[in-house]
Amino acid sequence: MAKHKTCGKLIMNNTLYGTDIISIADLQLDQINHILKTAAQLKAKPAPDLLQHKIIANCFFEPSTRTRLSFETAALRLGARVIGFSDAENTSIKKGESLHDSIKIIANYADLIVIRHTHAGAARLAADVANKPVINAGDAANQHPTQALLDLFTIKECQQKIAGLNIALTGDLKYGRTIHSLIQLLALFDIRLFLIAPEALSLSEQFANHLKKKGIKFSFHQSIEDVIHKLDILYMTRIQQERFTPLEYQTFTEHYALNPACLHKAKPNLKILHPLPRVNEIPMSIDNTPHAYYFEQAANGIWVRQALLNLLLNK
Amino acid sequence: MTKTLSVSAIKNGTVIDHIPAAQALKILKLLQIGTHKNCVTLGLNLVSKSLGLKDLIKIENRILTDTEANEVTVFAPKATINIIENFDIVKKITTRFPDSIVGVFTCANPVCITQTEAIKTHFYLEEYGKQIKLTCRYCEEQFDRDHLVALSAAL
Ligand SMILES: [Zn+2]
Repeated sequence: MAKHKTCGKLIMNNTLYGTDIISIADLQLDQINHILKTAAQLKAKPAPDLLQHKIIANCFFEPSTRTRLSFETAALRLGARVIGFSDAENTSIKKGESLHDSIKIIANYADLIVIRHTHAGAARLAADVANKPVINAGDAANQHPTQALLDLFTIKECQQKIAGLNIALTGDLKYGRTIHSLIQLLALFDIRLFLIAPEALSLSEQFANHLKKKGIKFSFHQSIEDVIHKLDILYMTRIQQERFTPLEYQTFTEHYALNPACLHKAKPNLKILHPLPRVNEIPMSIDNTPHAYYFEQAANGIWVRQALLNLLLNK
Repeated sequence: MTKTLSVSAIKNGTVIDHIPAAQALKILKLLQIGTHKNCVTLGLNLVSKSLGLKDLIKIENRILTDTEANEVTVFAPKATINIIENFDIVKKITTRFPDSIVGVFTCANPVCITQTEAIKTHFYLEEYGKQIKLTCRYCEEQFDRDHLVALSAAL
């Protein structure tokens, strides 16, 4: 990446200015490092005026209170104003307007569009149509790039590095969009992956091929206890109850929930992450152990989303 | 060219040879041959030294563009495509397996945005040995070519 000096400080060229954040697959390693660095700078020294006079449109065609509030807070804390909607119920979509037309119109109102949608690829279409930057806040089972970036930021923050880490992913590795984005992101680094999931929710061939292509070492496991002693990061996700019969679901939750007793085998630096909301994968008794890091992770979403808003809107 | 004369020669147009057996009909649909009035000669299950059995298409009075010729390789990676003028080969098109294909296949993902919006589908192509895989530019899901062929109304 080209660098130039300004006021005696080393400043990186901002290649993200004016671009979209749709899929991790679009991002270069230097851009990812730039996002992490900017997020760390904002966390150390908040900048309440960075986006003064900017308007962010939060377009949640699919409801997600947590993600919407995180984006809204990030924008407000940088001095931007926020417009938008929290579900498609009361919008012209209900009256049959195409996503194409909705986005075309909203792009005239706002400086940046955040979109969450029930259909995969909606954010890509929005980015094609809008003449303003678009951020994907989740498109069906496809991508959730800002979650993956905040996860990576959190991993680096709690371990002081990324290269060389042993990282386990558990839960729904097949349909989870968070997992899809995170795997693509982690595959850019020199890490070792442990994939813990029931067969029905195991990583798809497409993503396994991707890991192989990137030269990432990975292995499949049936229980957390088998590998916990090796791990630096245990990344847990929710298993969606509606995909299974009550009996299957009960079996899965018994196998893929974290048993507090097995933590005595863990390395001292092990940190447990979860994109939240949790159901019963992580018992509350774990919250007070030094391994729990999921609430810090959720809080980091604000800084990473601030970094993205700033990098897309300011040269 | 003498070997291909088991199917009558054409005066002007395009000859697509070395198509794997059973793929010619898909190529006809891809090129939307059904919608024009030119004479088309089709050879199915002809004996071929390199392919065992092969298909062959001769289209009178139509010159394939390079893009069209490249799209043909999605179904016939080893196709030879020759342009004929006055019974002579005047150009052998050097095909390149395309990076992407627009508006041909239907996405198999029921919640893909291409199912509900009036937009052209767009797939990125990759060869894994003999398998051809297509990744949707929108939903980013990857499919086998033959899985998508079965679903695509245009093919
Ligand atoms: Zn698709």
